[in-house]
Amino acid sequence: MENSRLADRMIEVEGLTKFYGDFLAVSGVTFSVDRGETVGLLGTNGSGKTTTMRVLTGYMPPTSGSVRIAGHDLAADSLEARRHIGYLPESVPLYSDMTVAASLRFFGRVHSMNAASLASSIDRVLDAFDLADYRDTLVGKLSKGYRQRLGLALAVLHEPEVLVLDEPTVSIDPVQVVEARDLIRRLGKEHTVLLSTHQLAEASSLCERVVILHDGVLVAEGHPDEIAERLQGAQRIRVEARGPAEQTGAALTAVSGVRSVETATLIEEGVYAFEVTAPLRSDVRESIARAMSAAGLGLRGLVRSTVDLEEVFLQVTRGERGDADA
Amino acid sequence: MRNAALLAWKEIRSYYGSPMAYVVSAAFLALTGQFFVSGVSELLPEASLRDVFTPMTFALILWAPIASMRLLAEEQKLGTLELLLTAPLRDWEIVAGKFCALVAMLLGIIAPTLVYVVLLYWHASPDGGPMLTGYLGLLLYGSAAAALGLFTSSLTGNQIVAGVTAAVALLFLTLASEASGLVSGLPSALLAGVSLPAHYTAFVAGVIELRNVVYFITFIALFLFLTTLSLESRRWR
Repeated sequence: MENSRLADRMIEVEGLTKFYGDFLAVSGVTFSVDRGETVGLLGTNGSGKTTTMRVLTGYMPPTSGSVRIAGHDLAADSLEARRHIGYLPESVPLYSDMTVAASLRFFGRVHSMNAASLASSIDRVLDAFDLADYRDTLVGKLSKGYRQRLGLALAVLHEPEVLVLDEPTVSIDPVQVVEARDLIRRLGKEHTVLLSTHQLAEASSLCERVVILHDGVLVAEGHPDEIAERLQGAQRIRVEARGPAEQTGAALTAVSGVRSVETATLIEEGVYAFEVTAPLRSDVRESIARAMSAAGLGLRGLVRSTVDLEEVFLQVTRGERGDADA
Repeated sequence: MRNAALLAWKEIRSYYGSPMAYVVSAAFLALTGQFFVSGVSELLPEASLRDVFTPMTFALILWAPIASMRLLAEEQKLGTLELLLTAPLRDWEIVAGKFCALVAMLLGIIAPTLVYVVLLYWHASPDGGPMLTGYLGLLLYGSAAAALGLFTSSLTGNQIVAGVTAAVALLFLTLASEASGLVSGLPSALLAGVSLPAHYTAFVAGVIELRNVVYFITFIALFLFLTTLSLESRRWR
């Protein structure tokens, strides 16, 4: 059981520390990514995201700590580990004087693809990334959005098990951002993806799990909702009900397990919304529904509040860690 | 070695895809052609390339910085070095690929000068030996200059800085033998020992001396090794 769990662990980062001279860029970061997961590396500029990614793609070694990619130690077996990685650096570096097809051919050969599989893989990624019409276009003439597509195409061409994408939607326009996110979502179905971003909405919409870095230190890890709940020490539930605000508030307060009820807001004639907090790992929604019914109040809505990742992020990066690491 | 060949081929295609390759070749041919014409136009012309080989080496110390300065500096500036260093390539394969491309470019600019050889054989009966050794020396000379240029290109992301540094270093190594006469003792011996032309003269005279071959091979190996170290050190910065 333990062996199969380890076999499914595609990225293992253990105590990663990186100094640039005297400057500590990343300090003792430990996390892992399992097969098929899409994990976001979240942090402000200078938080250590790019350094972490550069270390785990083999571009630079850590000062201390270890990285394993698909079971291969990056220090001891660097070439084999690098064969399993597809990498899109933040600046999307490409050779401007090569055509799209020539770029794909060159990097396919660098990854030791044979002629037959390379030809079919090039056709596959040109179609998948909507680049077929630009096959013979010089890379220098591509728009930023298409350069981004080509960068992604190069990263997946050799069918790596692990994709490392550094700020994949930075500096492209909003329409292209939506398209790029769709592409990444599709890639996430076939690959293990680690992507860095400082855009919270992106992490929230693409990632099953986030790793939050701040000043080179891992400050929180988990599903955004879990992190938020751990930070808040409670779950939040939004209740919308028709009836007098005081009566509804009293009924909610009386429900067993409800910790607090926040001030009501009028959302339409006679209908109020309440924010209810309850302890973690308990579900008081059914109790609330029964209490509303018993009090003769019209229950209009009852949902666990979606987590505001921005709030979570600000809390952890301000050092209000609470029991985030608990 | 397959990866080195792959990188070399990419550079060769890129080089010959730009007009610069043809401009440099034409300039090299025009410059050396001047010396060839003046050599064969003397009152008692000699059927040899003796008067052309030495100017060719001066042309090569101009060519080497121009040809090599972008090879690694541009990769650093564009960020494509990050793609190469994270691909399953060894650092020495990247260096070997770039160097092989430079040697191919060197052959590309030297080859047209074979027309002088054809002309000499057409109109006279030259001694083929010194011409053969002269070309061999020229190839070693140019390769050594290219290896030094590749090293300076690995040190910076600025092509101009890389090119100027290589040109200054090559100029020093060219003038070192002249400077050795101005000092005495160990400094004089050292300056004469590192001088590029001092190890080339024998080739022009038709003599292949082992110490000269060893000098050029060691020079090339040293700078390729330093380039590989420089690339590796980027990973540690």
